[in-house]
Amino acid sequence: MSDEKKNGDFLDEVTSEEYKYGFVTDLESDQSPRGLSEDIIRFISKKKNEPDWLLEFRLKAYRHWLTLEEPDWALIHHPPIDYQDIIYFSAPKPKEKLKSLDEVDPELLDTFNKLGISLEEQKQLAGVAVDAVIDSVSVKTTFQDTLAKHDIIFCSFSEAVQNHPDLVKKYLGTVVPYTDNYFAALNSAVFSDGSFCFIPKGVRCPIELSTYFRINAANTGQFERTLLIAEEGGYVSYLEGCTAPQRDENQLHAAIVEIIVMDDAEVKYSTVQNWYPGNKEGKGGIYNFVTKRGLCKGKNSKISWTQVETGSAITWKYPSCVLLGDHSVGEFYSVAVTNNYQQADTGTKMIHLGKNTRSTIISKGISAGKSNNSYRGLVRVSKNADNARNYSQCDSLLLGDQCGAHTFPYIKTGNETSTVEHEATTSKISEDQLFYCQQRGIDMEKAIGLIVNGYAKQVLNKLPMEFAVEAKKLLEITLEGSVG
Amino acid sequence: MEKKIKTIYPLEEILFKHFGEHTDEWKKSDHPSVTALRHEAISYFEKHGFPNQKMEKWRSTNLTGVYEEPLEIFDRHVAFDKKLSDIFLCEVHGFNTQVISMLNGSFYSPENHEITITNEGVIVGSMASAFKKYPNLVEKYFGKISGYQDDGFKAVNAAFWRDGVFVYVPDGVEVKNTFQLIKILNQPNLMVNTRNLIVLGKNSRLTFLHCDDSVNHNTGLTNTVNEIVLHENAELELYKLQNLNDDSALLNQTYVHQDANSRLKVNVLTLNGGMVRNEITDQLNGQGAESQISGLYLMDKEQHIDNQIFVNHNVPNCNSSQLFKGIMDDEATGVFNGFIYVARDAQKTNAFQRNNNVLITSAAHIDTQPHLEIYADDVKCSHGATVGQLDNEGMFYLMQRGIPYSDARMLLLFAFADEVISKINIEALRISIEDMVKRRLRGELSICDRCVLHCSNPEQPIVFDIDISKI
Amino acid sequence: MLLNIKNLHVSIAGKEIIRGLNFSVNKGEIHAIMGPNGTGKSTLAAAITGREGYEITKGEIIFKGQVINDWSPDKRANEGVFLSFQYPIEIPGVSMTNFMRTALNARREYKELPPIPAGEFLKKMEEKKKLVEIHSKLTNRSVNEGFSGGEKKKNEIFQMALLEPELAILDETDSGLDIDALKVVANGVNQLKSDENAFIVITHYQRLLDYIVPDFVHVMYNGRIVKSGGKGLALELEERGYDWIKDQFDD
Repeated sequence: MSDEKKNGDFLDEVTSEEYKYGFVTDLESDQSPRGLSEDIIRFISKKKNEPDWLLEFRLKAYRHWLTLEEPDWALIHHPPIDYQDIIYFSAPKPKEKLKSLDEVDPELLDTFNKLGISLEEQKQLAGVAVDAVIDSVSVKTTFQDTLAKHDIIFCSFSEAVQNHPDLVKKYLGTVVPYTDNYFAALNSAVFSDGSFCFIPKGVRCPIELSTYFRINAANTGQFERTLLIAEEGGYVSYLEGCTAPQRDENQLHAAIVEIIVMDDAEVKYSTVQNWYPGNKEGKGGIYNFVTKRGLCKGKNSKISWTQVETGSAITWKYPSCVLLGDHSVGEFYSVAVTNNYQQADTGTKMIHLGKNTRSTIISKGISAGKSNNSYRGLVRVSKNADNARNYSQCDSLLLGDQCGAHTFPYIKTGNETSTVEHEATTSKISEDQLFYCQQRGIDMEKAIGLIVNGYAKQVLNKLPMEFAVEAKKLLEITLEGSVG
Repeated sequence: MEKKIKTIYPLEEILFKHFGEHTDEWKKSDHPSVTALRHEAISYFEKHGFPNQKMEKWRSTNLTGVYEEPLEIFDRHVAFDKKLSDIFLCEVHGFNTQVISMLNGSFYSPENHEITITNEGVIVGSMASAFKKYPNLVEKYFGKISGYQDDGFKAVNAAFWRDGVFVYVPDGVEVKNTFQLIKILNQPNLMVNTRNLIVLGKNSRLTFLHCDDSVNHNTGLTNTVNEIVLHENAELELYKLQNLNDDSALLNQTYVHQDANSRLKVNVLTLNGGMVRNEITDQLNGQGAESQISGLYLMDKEQHIDNQIFVNHNVPNCNSSQLFKGIMDDEATGVFNGFIYVARDAQKTNAFQRNNNVLITSAAHIDTQPHLEIYADDVKCSHGATVGQLDNEGMFYLMQRGIPYSDARMLLLFAFADEVISKINIEALRISIEDMVKRRLRGELSICDRCVLHCSNPEQPIVFDIDISKI
Repeated sequence: MLLNIKNLHVSIAGKEIIRGLNFSVNKGEIHAIMGPNGTGKSTLAAAITGREGYEITKGEIIFKGQVINDWSPDKRANEGVFLSFQYPIEIPGVSMTNFMRTALNARREYKELPPIPAGEFLKKMEEKKKLVEIHSKLTNRSVNEGFSGGEKKKNEIFQMALLEPELAILDETDSGLDIDALKVVANGVNQLKSDENAFIVITHYQRLLDYIVPDFVHVMYNGRIVKSGGKGLALELEERGYDWIKDQFDD
């Protein structure tokens, strides 16, 4: 049997692999008219019963956004986005008056059950609290009582605005100002919901917190906003997951995540991103343009980003750490897989400002099909960041000869006592490894899965247990059978 | 949205004015293809102007200061009225080369020696003369490798160049002498645009040493475009030795086309200079081509170095490597932008890239961007970059053996630099460069014995107990 | 007959390495293949196991009555062909345990058996580890990663013990082994030997054959088996070297 033919079969299999979360739930929704204007922003703000200062914040962001142009520096290509053709607010409409605040539309429960996320606490994975966001609103946050015992606030962003306005006002836009970039300005103008989390001084959150994002309605954009604050000595591990129905048109997802970590506090933020990637011809899929940034404000503070990116037609995302506090630590662990016509331009920024700050970057890119996968990262050591240390390792794996793997690190160093090291390799799966596995009776497809998982292990190990298993499966499904 | 009004810098105005005043006169002596190119280039420049920091290739180099300078566009022919040895004082000792001289952007030689051809058919001489004497040969290559469409300085060069060096080595000829091009500016406030073309025929070989030197403290801007064509199985060793004063700006763009099995070896040694930028674009267009580009930069005071290296693997089975090392002292700033591109079908590519930097002071700054863009799967590509200090263990080891701190540090700095220097194949040149680097590291500004830069402190005693060369 | 090779010709990148080789193995036999460097011993192992790039230009490899020339490497493995590699490759990030369970289950799936229960698998692992005196921690590490030369070879025999092949090919298993490791490896092989399986031991030296006693010894030269005999042939080769063979059979 000729190997080319064999490979061809595998690629066929891979491209025919179905996206498992592509169903649509028939939910009646309460939507804003299409398009974007100051009126739409007022409409969103009013719907959410927001205080004036927040409306002002939105309007300032919107006015700033109007002066900006979409960035074009990433290695991604897409037709122009018509920002007036998007529905900026969509909320599932309750079918009947629900009896209590805790009650959720059964259709919605069913949707999340199908996604493998149970919103009924007793059926859940032990020790994971979930905030479920569908389209523009949060529909349910579980384990509220458990968390309240520890004075932890974990709720939807909208609730936080109502119940903890001072905290929101104090921190909103302090890490990602609306002037930061085009999509950050857009999000600041139109964000609808998201999660809010506050870990008080000295509290180690006993359970994993998790937000599950789901886009359901057609023609809508999702613009959620997450704000996470860990006070002195606090700790939390936070997970997010994302899926969307299979649709022919592209949908925009432009989120912001802000994290503030004080002295001796730690936040671990894990993402398994599986938005609809488009079909095998590259039609449809989510444009995932996200700004995530954490500020290590206090001494000995730590932020660790772990991401497994398998979905989205286009990913444009650079979870970053600003290491302001002395001895603070930033970490970025990433596995990004692209197949078919997917495009990913993802990486991180590590900004060393404080003394003795440390950062680690481990990025594993895997490209298959006709996709393009880029690592783009910045390590900046400022003049005063004495003894700053960075180690970066960016590996790319190519499966097939029609894809691309790119590495664009930027290193800017202005302190003579700092040490920055960057290493990168690009390769394909070694034929010797494949033969070794095959000689032990493991077929080509399984062998690739095994080797790729081994390749990504360094990152997968950083995920909380339940997610790691999920991520491994996802990796195998996304790549099943593809080979170079 | 309101359009931003484009700033017109003084130097741009000077250029436009100069072009308007001289274009008719140039036309009389220019080859028609050159005239056409000048006009295309100037209209590109009118539209785009000088590069700015919003451009990816220029994000870390700010030349606004230079754009503000009222420089004179020097494009006159310099009459040969002084002996070479009176002007060109720089030399590398004990090393026989065939010297080619350029003064203020003009080929400098007696009238009837502007261009020569050897018995073997090797042509060396002034670019302007070459266009007159061998129009077909020159026109075949001129401007084809570099283009002018993507960079303001390249466009300015295409529009304003008046002279440069042309070298042609016919098929099968291995040139024994090393050609040494010495370029000097000896008048204040000049901008010179020079253009060099080196063509190596099949199975030919050439070693070329390209020196940019200053002989005084004048401000100057040199904007050079080099085009290099290596036909099948040709081999070029190219050494660039850059040793300019602190007020000089040097922009060097080199474009290389490599046919099958050709071999390119470039070594860029930047020892001094106010602002030095080396952009090298190497197109590997024939299978089996090999490219080895290395560089060393030792910057201090407020000097700025910018190395931009682009290696494009356009076909399968080529090898390339890039090694750049730098030591940054005082308030010096530096940029390394290395780029490896592997085209869709360029299978079996081996490409390596490394950039290592040592920062000596907290005011020194380095940006390094080792980039890979890869579209073929059966490739071995890797890159690495480091910024750091000298190896602590190494320091301890040396000091434990009784070597004082300052000497140990210098030994290690030299060892750091030597990885690049040791790639110089010509022994006499390597020894000279080693010497220059050692003295550079000792803080002596002097490079060449008789260079003006040394005059500020000619009798500086050498207070260095250890002979590094014996270690 | 377990393995029957008829008039085999194998080329690598158009260069013929094996040039008309005939060879057969019955169950319960141990065959040693010896010969100078570059005579095609490892090529033969690669051809039997179906390695890419080894083109069979003529002849047949028949395993358990079926011509396997065109079979994929994993199908041959699952039918019972095992190769102990001369240079076992490292697979970073893939633990030995995971690797072996995947391999074992692939075989069970091929034989239409359900996957092995975790407990049973671990028990089996422990049992086989003892056989080759493998350190417990080794199986928690990634496949061959950071293993010493001896550990890699022991690991090959350990895998063989787990997979229980019908035909095991040991390609230069003795190279790079000290005498203690050699004994361990040989001991493993001897314990696994039965009337239902067969071994092909490829080696340079007679040393290994002191511990794994062959029923037949073959000498390969220039891509063919030029001499066959009993155990005594190996001793003769040890004593006289290969030159007399070369003199006799040089083309």
